[in-house]
Amino acid sequence: MSLLEIKSCSMHFGGLKAVEGLDMSLEKGELVGLIGPNGAGKTTLFNLITGVYYPTAGEIIFQDKKLNGKKPYQITSYGIGRTFQNIRLFQNLSVLDNVKTACHLHSKEGMFSSVLRSKRFEEEENELAGRSMNLLKIFGLDLLKEEKASNLPYGQQRRLEIARAMATEPKLLLLDEPTAGMNPHETQDLTNLIREVKRNFELTILLIEHDMRVVMGCCERIVVLDYGVKIAEGPPEKIKKDPKVIEAYLGEEMT
Amino acid sequence: MQFKKIIFIILVLGFLLLVNYYVPRRMNPYLFQILILIGINIILAVSLNLINGFTGQFSIGHAGFMAIGGYTSAFFTFYFGRNLVPSLTSILLFPWLAKSVIFVSALILGGTLAALAGLIVGIPSLRLKGDYLAIATLGFGEIIRVLILNIDAVGGARGFADIPGYTNLFWVLFFMLVTVVVIRNLINSTHGRAFLSVREDEVAAEAMGINTTYYKVYAFVIGAFFAGIAGGLFGHYLMYLHTNSFTFMRSIEIIIMVVLGGMGSITGSILAAIIFTILPEFLRVVKDYRMVMYSLILIILMLTRPQGIFGLKEFSLLTIRNIFVRKEQVAK
Repeated sequence: MSLLEIKSCSMHFGGLKAVEGLDMSLEKGELVGLIGPNGAGKTTLFNLITGVYYPTAGEIIFQDKKLNGKKPYQITSYGIGRTFQNIRLFQNLSVLDNVKTACHLHSKEGMFSSVLRSKRFEEEENELAGRSMNLLKIFGLDLLKEEKASNLPYGQQRRLEIARAMATEPKLLLLDEPTAGMNPHETQDLTNLIREVKRNFELTILLIEHDMRVVMGCCERIVVLDYGVKIAEGPPEKIKKDPKVIEAYLGEEMT
Repeated sequence: MQFKKIIFIILVLGFLLLVNYYVPRRMNPYLFQILILIGINIILAVSLNLINGFTGQFSIGHAGFMAIGGYTSAFFTFYFGRNLVPSLTSILLFPWLAKSVIFVSALILGGTLAALAGLIVGIPSLRLKGDYLAIATLGFGEIIRVLILNIDAVGGARGFADIPGYTNLFWVLFFMLVTVVVIRNLINSTHGRAFLSVREDEVAAEAMGINTTYYKVYAFVIGAFFAGIAGGLFGHYLMYLHTNSFTFMRSIEIIIMVVLGGMGSITGSILAAIIFTILPEFLRVVKDYRMVMYSLILIILMLTRPQGIFGLKEFSLLTIRNIFVRKEQVAK
């Protein structure tokens, strides 16, 4: 039984077919790369899985639950976390509060216990802070916990976004260009970190990435999209040699 | 821990009773009225800050919630409460206790009805954003005002007179403290972080598992509840209510307090409520140019501190300490 199953899924915006008849599945514990030229429909696919858009046709099933028509927050509560291509942190909140906010799903603080500051509330709040600090430590942000999120350098903002997504305790993590705008050194660090986090938290990861070194280096399987259609799928070595992929990226060879 | 809290609450209540006993006797009635209005404005500003500042839903309908609360509670005390005083006194022994019970239940009833209205207004806010929501809430406020204007049981266009004057300094300060404490505690909990995340980035908030729809309505309901209570205090203080007190200009006044105090700062709202209740009175010295000066001050404040007096920060004794600690560190 696959963790996530996408069955002949389509997303049309008027006449534009952003995703067309896509079939895809993710097994538990996989690290799958999603690549394709600009405008291939990669982020649209993420938005379909996380419920930002409702698919025009087809269905998406996560752990036997149908995701079609579910709200993003419900889908997150089923165990799908995500990051965004253009960083969407809570800019004015502190680094720690960003992560704490994402712990919301697993917090049992009631309105009255919050207002009355009951003992249970204090315990709950401490536990939440502890869990958040733990995540910040893993992502190397623990010393910056009081800093405003918008004051962080770009690379650390990306890290914080992943830490925040982790706070929702996902089973499946969707990363949208996690290393975009990073230098080679930062990219290497983050790639290692993603692998480590995946192992420690028994995650399944689907990531969109343009940096081929990252994709070829850490993904076990790659799915290639072009104009909303899946054109290839397989291990990195196979994808590298696939004529259709080469054509999509470099154009047709002259004969 | 709990025991300490209870002692603290009793001490505070005792202090409020003392204040309530001495202040009206020593203070001149004009200043006393300003003091009462400051208390009511603090409730209004802090509760609006929850909607506008913390949750980022721009509402211009706060006077509408206030009107609902004011008229509902006044209706209750006028038609039922007064007749209940003798029979309640026979059970509770003291007339003041009976009046207090009636007054508090009237206020809570008013607050609840206002909260219900908040729920109704909260629903369009699921679809509307920014300016569009502002206009919708503005429309709502006006609808409430005109509806009340046409209800004869509450005086219609003549105004609602002979409301029993139950409001005193104790109740104003009491509900002011309750409002501030409830909203402060709410903000510093997982609910509060959910409100803030809606303001910061709705898409990201949803992706982090926060039901943004629910929290928007939640903010409207809580904000409206306290606005309703403020309305009740207002009506039972003036002993007269007229819909002219609840035009959208009233909402704007509250918004000015929230914006100038700092959207997302409770202490900012409190300070701004104090300043902007006193300021128009203080400006009476310039006579005809009073409102010109008032507007000028607003413009200057906005130009020099667009983020409001406190911005997003809270003022506390800790901040003062931190400033000194930082200075010491710099000195070293």
